[in-house]
Amino acid sequence: MTLTPPTRRRLRNFRANRRGFWSLWIFLALFVVSLCAEVIANDRPLLVRYAGAFYLPVLREYPETAFGGIFPTEANYRDPQVISLITQKGWIIWPPIPYRYDTINYNLPVPAPAPPSTTNWLGTDDQGRDLLARLIYGFRISVLFGLTLTLLSSVIGVIAGAVQGYFGGWTDLIFQRSIEMWSGLPELYLLIILASLVEPTFWWLLGLMLLFSWMSLVAVVRAEFLRARNFDYVRAARALGVGNAEIIFRHVLPNAMVATLTFLPFILNGSITTLTSLDFLGFGLPPGSPSLGEILAQGKANLQAPWLGITGFLVLAVMLSLLVFVGEAVRDAFDPRKTS
Amino acid sequence: MMGERLLDVRDLVKHFPAGHRRFVKAVSGVSFHIEKGEALALVGESGSGKTTVGRCILRLIEPTAGTIIFRGQDVSTMEQDRLRALRPHMQMLFQEPYDSLNPRMPIGRIVEEPIRLGKDMSPRKRLERVVEVLDMVRLGSWALDKYPHQFSAGEQQRIGIARAIATEPELVVLDEPTSALDVSVRAEILDLLTDLQEQLGLSYLFISHDLTAVRRVCHRVAIMYLGKIVETGSTAEMFEQPLHPYSRALLSSVLYPDPHEQLSRFVLAGEIPSPIDLPPGCHLYGRCPWAVDACNAAYPDLEEILPGRRVACFRAREENAADTTASGSGRRPPGSF
Repeated sequence: MTLTPPTRRRLRNFRANRRGFWSLWIFLALFVVSLCAEVIANDRPLLVRYAGAFYLPVLREYPETAFGGIFPTEANYRDPQVISLITQKGWIIWPPIPYRYDTINYNLPVPAPAPPSTTNWLGTDDQGRDLLARLIYGFRISVLFGLTLTLLSSVIGVIAGAVQGYFGGWTDLIFQRSIEMWSGLPELYLLIILASLVEPTFWWLLGLMLLFSWMSLVAVVRAEFLRARNFDYVRAARALGVGNAEIIFRHVLPNAMVATLTFLPFILNGSITTLTSLDFLGFGLPPGSPSLGEILAQGKANLQAPWLGITGFLVLAVMLSLLVFVGEAVRDAFDPRKTS
Repeated sequence: MMGERLLDVRDLVKHFPAGHRRFVKAVSGVSFHIEKGEALALVGESGSGKTTVGRCILRLIEPTAGTIIFRGQDVSTMEQDRLRALRPHMQMLFQEPYDSLNPRMPIGRIVEEPIRLGKDMSPRKRLERVVEVLDMVRLGSWALDKYPHQFSAGEQQRIGIARAIATEPELVVLDEPTSALDVSVRAEILDLLTDLQEQLGLSYLFISHDLTAVRRVCHRVAIMYLGKIVETGSTAEMFEQPLHPYSRALLSSVLYPDPHEQLSRFVLAGEIPSPIDLPPGCHLYGRCPWAVDACNAAYPDLEEILPGRRVACFRAREENAADTTASGSGRRPPGSF
């Protein structure tokens, strides 16, 4: 693929912003690590060697009988009985964190929430679940939720803004007034009310938030299109007989994307924050799901266990800061006044 | 070749809303025609409505009133779908060469676009056609993968021309095609336009205030002032002896290379009035040295006062007759270097 000179210039500008450049890599590294959460934090072994055969409990389910046990149900690898059965005829490789986000550690020496120790590196929450495991899974779900929401709301927002700006006139006027009314709705209360009517799942919550988040890009894209529709090359395309949809997507949109792209990291940030605040209030993801907001809520409820609140805060603060730094670098990169 | 009317514009009106129920009367009743293979110049200063006329003809903006007959069909009321089928036959060239090319598209795709929309053609055939057209504007296949900013203004304008002629149109509206170019490049583009016209039998509507360019390319001239055509005639006759007072002022404003030449400049008093509040009669009333009371009462019709010369002036016949007897037409025609 060959890059056009403006793209190359932008990449150079992006790299020149060291903070944003490194933030992007750190964030990507964290994200990739969290995508592999199952092999990092899991209550099943990565690899089991038993009686001359290999088993991959992370990927497959094996009954207890496979390891010489009694029950035909799936083996519980945290059971000392099962562990001793396996170690007699082989060995076990555990993930670095032998807990999943919902694994309850029943062998805590102190009542939950337990402070950080060698078994639970960051301690446990008030139900005896490993905090680090929950953080990894929680980070992943936050970012995935944020990315999906950003993507979907961008697609809708860009199309809405494009139609508004391109056609202008009455279309624009009516659309704009409707958006003003819609955005006047108290978003958080509506989300709370709706979330109390239906048991929220990941996709439900996404849909609810999408109802409001699509508007964030409309104004920018609309402005870009209002400007672009009077460009000579758009006029030329119209004179050639190019259809409206094609003008919008082939001619104007690629040129309007610059303004749109600079907003994306900030929208991602906003999406994550909204999800976290809903989780914090208890109206977010279903109970038991790992989430940063839920960890913060636990921290607030258990002030005697400061490791909950502090880690929750730090993870959130680092993640949001990284994204803001990336956003700043992207904005700089697309700044037309920065030519070198 | 000549004689058949390709485009016939009758009483074209375009008003733009200016708020408070007022309108900018950019074009107020313009009629002219272009024959097959003919180049008509639409000349006037900025704000005279000449660009608006061009855009109305291609329906890039909707005319307020009037009819536009192109190839025997009324374009002014045609639905967009049918109009799109007609678009390959009428094309446009824009003033700013760089602005009229999408900065994110390589030249190959820019020139291919009208061909792709027009006929069903295999991608290979289309590419052949693109190269052929690029050759015609004296660019080659080497330009295909380059982007607009990699070209000089003159080359960009030639790409614009390539795009405009790619569908073998009959009419090309040239909207000030050379005013954004350097003088050296200007001649080259004008030559290319004349060559292409002869080769392809194109008709041009040449919108310009560049009188030298007009002289070089066009067969006939129509002079516009404040939304009205004030005079039409063949280029040679018009430059030799403009009959309307505004044409006289406009044509005598051309600079001569010889500083010692005494100019019989014909100067109009005052400023151009606002197109929102046009005077009731002749738009030139108040600036014109020939004006009488009748001029402020009604707008004069275009009248044929000499063979092939139509002038919208109550006083033109009389004043011009007096003029020729008094001083003769010893003026050097403007724009002839």
